[in-house]
Amino acid sequence: MSLTATQGEGARRLPRLSGDWPLIVPMGLLFIGFFCGPLVLLLWVSFHNDQNMEVTGVAMWARFLGDPFYWNVVLDTVMLGVKTVALTVVLGFCTGVIYLSCGPRVRSLMLFAIVLPLLLSVVVRTFAWIVILGNEGLVNWAVMSLGLSAAPLRLLQTELGLVISLAQIELPLMLLPLLSVMARIDPNILDASHALGASRWRTMFRVILPLSVPGLIAGSLLVFASSTAAFISQSVIGGGRLIYMPLVIWQQALVVYDWPFAAVVSIALLVTVLGILTLISALGRLART
Amino acid sequence: MRTTRSFADVSYYAVIGAIGGLAIAILVVPVLVVLAISLTSAASLKFPPTGLSFRWYEALFDPVQSGHIHSAALNSLQVAGSAAGLAMLIGTLAALWLDRHRGAAGRALDTAFMSPLVLPMLSFGLAALIIVTMLRQRPSLTWLTAGHLVVVIPFVIRTVSASLSQLDRALIDSSASLGASSFYTFRRVVLPVIAPGMAAGAFLAFVASMDNVPISLFLSNARTDMLPIRLWGMMESSLDVRVAAASGVLIVVTSVLLVVMNRLVGLNRRV
Repeated sequence: MSLTATQGEGARRLPRLSGDWPLIVPMGLLFIGFFCGPLVLLLWVSFHNDQNMEVTGVAMWARFLGDPFYWNVVLDTVMLGVKTVALTVVLGFCTGVIYLSCGPRVRSLMLFAIVLPLLLSVVVRTFAWIVILGNEGLVNWAVMSLGLSAAPLRLLQTELGLVISLAQIELPLMLLPLLSVMARIDPNILDASHALGASRWRTMFRVILPLSVPGLIAGSLLVFASSTAAFISQSVIGGGRLIYMPLVIWQQALVVYDWPFAAVVSIALLVTVLGILTLISALGRLART
Repeated sequence: MRTTRSFADVSYYAVIGAIGGLAIAILVVPVLVVLAISLTSAASLKFPPTGLSFRWYEALFDPVQSGHIHSAALNSLQVAGSAAGLAMLIGTLAALWLDRHRGAAGRALDTAFMSPLVLPMLSFGLAALIIVTMLRQRPSLTWLTAGHLVVVIPFVIRTVSASLSQLDRALIDSSASLGASSFYTFRRVVLPVIAPGMAAGAFLAFVASMDNVPISLFLSNARTDMLPIRLWGMMESSLDVRVAAASGVLIVVTSVLLVVMNRLVGLNRRV
């Protein structure tokens, strides 16, 4: 009796501490082999001066960092992410406010409308925007039938068209964390705000918005990361005229076969994204205090 | 008092309703637009479609015309199936370990394992290509599966961890104190609780692998063509309406799977 009791006690405090390491071994090996390994390899490859990787040196880094063209590509990529995040924050927050005021049946329908596009292939979602924004697409059909413009508007291969498409493609990534945070807001707080005479606007900005910040931050992280790396959408909707870092990596790796330079751009993309993600998280912590 | 408040209310409902309504519309409308255009009888993506026909679906399912799409789809299904199965095993084990190690080291590892969800995996796709080439191998479905694994395991870890956090520790202790072995406890107490999480995670992993671009882009070639890469190529070269038909098939299949998974494991609450 006392023996089983101590076993139970031990299992609760130190749950087989020495014996459970095999559980993590497969994941650990996989992570080292397919995550840490590739990172080290990319760094090593990037410090080669020639495409055959025979001469080591910093020539590729100098070429990347010394050329204003590539600085502009980095800036454009970051700005694409920032604009997409801004648009999804506005759209997502208003959707969240509506979600809060709906009953459970409507809520589950809304969740279906959010999760379905998320599970749908990115290629399909990008293709939809070709059909919508093209010269003979939905928007131009509406604009021309209403007589708003005589000639079709040029929407594909523009940054505006790309930001709108990416905002739709990434919106579920904003909504899912945001809605789970907003659903936890105590309805009594909103009632109290009304009872004390605050208008709905005031309640929204002074009560709902501050309580939604953690969700907005979590969503922004996912949307920024995903829109800056969205190679398919960038290349199909942006066309050849808008150049972002993923396109440069692809061109250098699979068209020019300059792997050291592709590795340099890959690492630059990783560092840039990681830097902005850290910044967004820091802003989130600042807003909460 | 009464009138000013109602004016504010009206403007509030108008603005929030308009923006929120727009957001919901732009989530749903593109899906409907693709379905509509896939039934066009014309050979272009002109909207609205000029006539109703299934000709693009017939072209899509015709093995002579669309054999390369079929083989890409089969390759994708095979890779996604193996990646999801392996991810479910490895991810569940990792989630069980992480659940017992909540200290600084455990949390750091958790963050590291989740990082493929936010890091640009294109960089890792390039690395995968360099590795395969340096080992004097050719890209194969096995390499693709291995490459997808790191990207899709986070989904399993997340859903299984969420299920584990709902497990009552007292049940494990009672099972142990009643003399059950730890494996018996796992099988009869832990497994039933985390099984829906495992299923949801495997499903999400499967979908993520089917849709993976960053890794597949670099490891796809004529033999190992993957569906998203093939469709992307068709979209880039010419606006082939078969892409619309393929999209239509994907929309129907995804919707059905989503409804089924919602019934089985409440997927909406787990993503």
